[in-house]
Amino acid sequence: MNGAHDLGGGHGHGPIAPDPNEPVFHDEWERRCFAITLAMGFTGQWNIDQARFARESMRPGRYLETSYYQHWLHGLEVLLLERNLVTQSEVETGKAKEPPQKLSRTLRAEEVAPALKKGGSARRNRVGEGRFKTGDIVITKNINPVSHTRLPRYVRGRRGRIDRVHGVFVFPDSNAATSDEKPQWLYAVRFEGQELWGTEAEPNSCTIVDLWDDYLEPA
Amino acid sequence: MPHDGHDHGSELTETELRVRALESLLIEKGYVDPATLDELVETYETKVGPRNGARVVAKAWTDPEFKAWLLEDATAAIASLGYTGRQGEDMVVLENTPTVHNLVVCTLCSCYPWPVLGLPPTWYKAAPYRARAVSQPRAVLKEFGVELSKDIEVRVWDSTAETRYLVLPIKPAGTDGWSEERLADIITRDSMIGTGIVGTHS
Repeated sequence: MNGAHDLGGGHGHGPIAPDPNEPVFHDEWERRCFAITLAMGFTGQWNIDQARFARESMRPGRYLETSYYQHWLHGLEVLLLERNLVTQSEVETGKAKEPPQKLSRTLRAEEVAPALKKGGSARRNRVGEGRFKTGDIVITKNINPVSHTRLPRYVRGRRGRIDRVHGVFVFPDSNAATSDEKPQWLYAVRFEGQELWGTEAEPNSCTIVDLWDDYLEPA
Repeated sequence: MPHDGHDHGSELTETELRVRALESLLIEKGYVDPATLDELVETYETKVGPRNGARVVAKAWTDPEFKAWLLEDATAAIASLGYTGRQGEDMVVLENTPTVHNLVVCTLCSCYPWPVLGLPPTWYKAAPYRARAVSQPRAVLKEFGVELSKDIEVRVWDSTAETRYLVLPIKPAGTDGWSEERLADIITRDSMIGTGIVGTHS
């Protein structure tokens, strides 16, 4: 979706202002928001692409005015409500009124370390060879789906070169929409600065973007 | 995060209340366990952070075989040091050289290699960096105090997929014979994102 999250190339957001003494979490609510989001993620009620789409669905003005963990909170509420795990009035009051749904799994404290160490790779078994090889010239499609995509606006309809072939990975667009993993080849595609930014491009610079086969056409 | 000097205090209070309400609701429903939540926070606050990545880089600087492995199969080489899993399942290491400087961003969200760098800093997750790293990388680097000559190619890596990128910075001059531990002490988080250069004074 063409939401506020798709920030590449935007102007007017102000200075970067890094804080050299920044703590991991700034406030207790950030700790709790982080932890409930991860713990609920482990219940398997949604996949990572659905979680990203839920965060992206925030109204653009609000997305830009709020912080990272506020995006997470919005996403978590959307997912919980969509799956009828909680009701709107329960979210507002913080008190359960309906009986809980049965979850196929929940994360226990002793499972945290092994579960984090294991992770969940999006890599899938290779199926034949990819359509493109390193050095091939490709053109990205110009797509504007209202659903989730990982093809940023600033690289749509652009000419690039395959920089490396990563292997076969879950396709986020279909995984977000219907949990269909539709595994396909993933490539790192290199775009020269001028191709993306024209005469405003900085000298001797390029951007490399990870893009799936479905986003690409041969040049 | 607000950069304009006021705190949006009432809004944060509302956020605090919403998080508190949601946490107690999820606990009451039996969906999450309070001990699990504490364990998750403690892991990323005290156990997983950029010291892990610094160890990877220091080993690559002192062990040519490990460096070759790291550039060939970063996931396996990093796993050999015990760093695996969530948000680092498929790693790629990018080597800085006298002619190439690599910089990592995630313009669409905030993808970041958690097992080796921990959770990302606020600036990495906020709009200014995500917007400008791809279009004005040299100007962005200047804001971090890094000025690169035009002869050095700047490669910006936008982490749109589940591959996670770690920059292997240039080993500074004057560090020959240093132990891995001593080298690890001067390797900064920013140098492994590409927004910093390693100097001999950390």
